Amino acid sequence: MKIIVLMKQVANKDAILRIGKDEKWIDESDISHQTNESDGYALEEALRLKEAKGEGEVIVCTLGAASAKTVLKDALARGADRGIHIIVNEPNKLSPFQIAKTIADAIGEESADLIFTGLQSDDASYGQTGVILAELLGIPHATIVIDLDRSSLGESLRLKRELESGWYQWFTYKLPALLTIQSGISQIRYASLKGIMAAKKKEIRDVTPGVEDYASAQKIEKVYLPLKTKQTQMLGDGDAKKGALELVEKLKTEVRVL
Amino acid sequence: MSILVFIEHKDCVLNKASLEAVAAAQSIAKDTGLKVTAVIPCSKDCSLAQEISQYNLDKVIVAKNDKLNIYTPDGYADAWEQIIKQTNAQYVVMAHTYQVRDFAPKVAARFGKEIVGDCIRYTNNGGKLTFTRRIFLGKLDADVTIEGGAPYFVTFQSGSFRGDNAEKGSAQTETVEVDVKELRMTPEEPFQEAKASVDLTKSGIIVAVGRGIKSQENIAVAQALADALGADLAASRPICDAEWLPIDRQIGSSGQTVAPKVYIALGISGAIQHTVGMKNAGTIVAVNKDAEAPIFDIADYGIVGDLFEVVPTLVEEIKKAKS
Repeated sequence: MKIIVLMKQVANKDAILRIGKDEKWIDESDISHQTNESDGYALEEALRLKEAKGEGEVIVCTLGAASAKTVLKDALARGADRGIHIIVNEPNKLSPFQIAKTIADAIGEESADLIFTGLQSDDASYGQTGVILAELLGIPHATIVIDLDRSSLGESLRLKRELESGWYQWFTYKLPALLTIQSGISQIRYASLKGIMAAKKKEIRDVTPGVEDYASAQKIEKVYLPLKTKQTQMLGDGDAKKGALELVEKLKTEVRVL
Repeated sequence: MSILVFIEHKDCVLNKASLEAVAAAQSIAKDTGLKVTAVIPCSKDCSLAQEISQYNLDKVIVAKNDKLNIYTPDGYADAWEQIIKQTNAQYVVMAHTYQVRDFAPKVAARFGKEIVGDCIRYTNNGGKLTFTRRIFLGKLDADVTIEGGAPYFVTFQSGSFRGDNAEKGSAQTETVEVDVKELRMTPEEPFQEAKASVDLTKSGIIVAVGRGIKSQENIAVAQALADALGADLAASRPICDAEWLPIDRQIGSSGQTVAPKVYIALGISGAIQHTVGMKNAGTIVAVNKDAEAPIFDIADYGIVGDLFEVVPTLVEEIKKAKS
């Protein structure tokens, strides 16, 4: 059984974002990065599925600049078997269809039984790369997957999708299939020292793709700080205690809940 | 040429988010001179068609096939592909619900397209529409245009348009039998996990915690504030994922949607997935050490500072005020 996990490098959650000179993306030059959160859960679930099955191969794949290799190395240290790095220097310039097409070209020949991705990226948040990829590969997909019935794995797999407002639904999918994984599906493991040492011997294959032009792209014209919809009264001038005192006053006189 | 708008339902009961999509489609129709057709995939002569035909629409199409009795991405994609081709649709407009996230990109891909997803508004610049999406977990907005030819696929975030603003009128209803090929997935019945024991929708005051609370032990800090205010405790998703609070305390797209008199967000950055569940609160208070946190954009009162300094003082002063 072969599982490919797609993972993306994104800006660190706590990074201060500065808008780039062309105002079409952030300035990524000296920003810290991390693995996209839900992609980490996708990897964890792939590893658990392989362990439950007792055999198989987990291949981790990223599309990104040279710096994205750390995403692959980290995944290999956690237990993935090998990596594929689709090297694209400015991935933010690609639209989701282009990304899906480029990945389809790079991994199609692997003929994986399962492809896992996170449900969306924390930067561009297109939330569709996986679904388009499944369509291009001619395989079915399920999004926002929150549980797998690991014992059901065979020609098909039973999985649980999250619906809205606390509703859920089980589906049984014929394999091969692509699943987009929701954060929180299971607790993510840390890389062990042994894992980190073992990762050094694992293969990472570099792919330099020819990215095709795509006429129907959504084009980012401008990025900017969200327009404020409310007049926010900032309290305390950076002094936490003073802010608390002022807030209590507001809760008494303006909000009137005290 | 037309604008198609998706009417989402379960067993012919409307998902009200679809009315927001109707309002969005009607607005785009005014800007482009196109007409709006509502599309309802169903296995029956859907009873919802009558209700939807009372909106200002050109037409209501029930896309009918036995296999559309319960949602599957394969079934819906087949139905939509045929309706889009048949109507020569220019725009396909949908609410950005979990179901739409599941099938809309698949439909778009069949036309060699992608979706402009989770838009919060659009502007019309001389007939060319610019859509605005929120990116980087709500920290930035992006204005986006679509290149190439139709059909254009657009989804709008919950709350971007008001469903009760959808114009009334009368539309003719039509049933179109669609072909659905093999379904590669077998759905079971949707279910609700053990009924939420806490109904936060009835809370007057909510104190909610996010990643900034740092550890399970620190939940007590927020609990003390909730107790002092007579409030209910709630959380953003990461807190419930870590099982620091039970899932029935979760606010946001996958949890409860609330509109209390006062909502106090402690250490919550304000990602869209959370704010859709609380932005209609009467008064929003945000405490966060990151002055750039998007939660401050929707807050009425904000304190930039360490919640572990702010909250104990708050508790003390509130107790004084109440005694």
